Amino acid sequence: MLELHKVHSYYGNIQALKGVSLKINEGEIISLIGANGAGKSTTLMSVCGIVSPRSGKISFEGRSIHQLPADQIVTLGISQVPEGRHIFPHLSVRENLDMGAFLRTDKDGIKRDLDYVFSLFPILAERSGQAGGNLSGGEQQMLAMSRALMARPKLLLLDEPSMGLAPLIIQQIFDIIKKINQEQNTTIFLVEQNAYQALQISDRGYVIENGHITLAQDASELMQNPAVQKAYLGI
Amino acid sequence: MFSLKETKRSALISLWFMFLTFPVLVIKVDAIEQTVYWRWENMLYIGLGSFILSIFGKIFFERQKSRRERQIAEKIEKHSLIQRALRDPKYLYPLGAAFFLFAVTYPYLFSTYQINVMTTALMYVVLGLGLNIVVGVAGLLDLGYVAFYLVGAYSYGLLNMHFGLGFWTVLPIGALLAALLGILLGFPVLRLRGDYLAIVTLAFGEIIRLIMENWNDFSQGPSGISNIPRPGLLGFDLTLDQAITYLYYLMIVMVLVTIFVVNRLQNSRLGRAWVALREDEIACQAMGIDKTKTKLTAFALGATWAGMVGVIFAAKTTFINPASFTFLESAIILAIVVLGGMGSILGVILGAVILILLPEYLRALSDYRMLAFGAIMVSMMVFRPQGLISNVRRHYHYRPKKEQQK
Repeated sequence: MLELHKVHSYYGNIQALKGVSLKINEGEIISLIGANGAGKSTTLMSVCGIVSPRSGKISFEGRSIHQLPADQIVTLGISQVPEGRHIFPHLSVRENLDMGAFLRTDKDGIKRDLDYVFSLFPILAERSGQAGGNLSGGEQQMLAMSRALMARPKLLLLDEPSMGLAPLIIQQIFDIIKKINQEQNTTIFLVEQNAYQALQISDRGYVIENGHITLAQDASELMQNPAVQKAYLGI
Repeated sequence: MFSLKETKRSALISLWFMFLTFPVLVIKVDAIEQTVYWRWENMLYIGLGSFILSIFGKIFFERQKSRRERQIAEKIEKHSLIQRALRDPKYLYPLGAAFFLFAVTYPYLFSTYQINVMTTALMYVVLGLGLNIVVGVAGLLDLGYVAFYLVGAYSYGLLNMHFGLGFWTVLPIGALLAALLGILLGFPVLRLRGDYLAIVTLAFGEIIRLIMENWNDFSQGPSGISNIPRPGLLGFDLTLDQAITYLYYLMIVMVLVTIFVVNRLQNSRLGRAWVALREDEIACQAMGIDKTKTKLTAFALGATWAGMVGVIFAAKTTFINPASFTFLESAIILAIVVLGGMGSILGVILGAVILILLPEYLRALSDYRMLAFGAIMVSMMVFRPQGLISNVRRHYHYRPKKEQQK
């Protein structure tokens, strides 16, 4: 479904990605784990067009997308939950969700998806009139995910959904990621520091170090890998 | 009721004020007779005044705080009286009708001078609503708005002088030229935000004005363009009084059209994209909104109104020169938007009326006009930073299906 081929991305003169290649099939949950500054978020940003790669190819459903601007990539069905959530703080929860469906025109479909995300996160239904900025961190993360789902993406990119959240909430969020994958058949690309949680729900995993992909295995194998255990799982 | 600590604090404040104002209000040097007067009684007044004011201020803040806490506790959605009245058609329609009647009969009730003043105020209403698109809705701080106003005015002045084009022909041309200039300004500032954007737009406004001031062959420099004809009415010759009244009605129509268009824009897809852009650029891109297009349309549509008002301005004063388009003008329009309430149409109208009409009617106190102006601005920003009438967007509440069936 999504394929990155030898992607090199830069911030100014600093090279963040040094030839990243990875492949995501439809219906999978893939996680990308790595340390701070390894290039996890840059990989995601390269996919959704915010940082355009200097060389290499990214293709989505057979179409090359690395030269498209960010907004057109969204129209193809790739929706991202940015790192640090980036909800619209002064808009209400409901308005945030409406913004997620910005590109859609099918009113009935939007209504159905709204009911769906409210069934996933009932707390958001309660808070629908409140300003997004007044929500707690966990609720904001839920809102950011729901907002991305409102675009009805084929591929959902999640950048550190567990950032700054309590362990109990993290568990809840990951359960729901799994649920979205199963119920909506949404392909999920997950970038995480919290390697243990991420690998537990994933089909396959990639390990990124200094802009290179160093390992690509099934998630269960990665969890057994002594090097990964030592470096990322703290076992 | 008032603790010793607070009293001490207020006393300290008043001491500080006495110290600060000492050189200006107490010492008076008579340079001719070489004597110095010590006006100690002034110091006493200042001390007393600031003491009492600081106590009142403290009480005000305390009460506001407790009220806010109570609101949060009881989850009351607070709306001011005006906002509630606007929501309810029972009040909205009679109020609107009364205003409309007043606006229509205005020229018959008041003198030509008053009509002229009101026309100016209406022009600022439209300018404020135009800038409101850029600053209030899209959140792009534009300090060079007056440049588009200038373009409108000069396009009428120059096109009329060289080609003899009439008011009604130039009105759309001026709007179009201003919009084009808005896009032209938009391109280089696409990547800028906040302070940087403000500085660039400020410079842009000054550049346009300086070009007009110095390019004598093109714009006749500081001496400006005179004898610009007033707008015609189906070929009739209008007397001066009639022309002024005509312009007044023209502005009324213009204001109504602007309110209608801006209101529709705010609730449209484009309006939502602007709001998203103001709130968070990264999220805005993640939603699939074209950032470039959204920013450029905000600049262009904001500039369009300035261009049209510029044409009307040239027609109203029949004389234009670059001195009418200084930075102060931009600042006043921006003040209208901020004072009235960013994003709120009614707020902007009220802001324009207050900022333009008040100085006009306070001519008797003209020495203290700027002082009062400054004091009002400072106290507004301290006590009501959201503006006179804050913008309340339409609220939608989610109800699960079961409840809807009931």
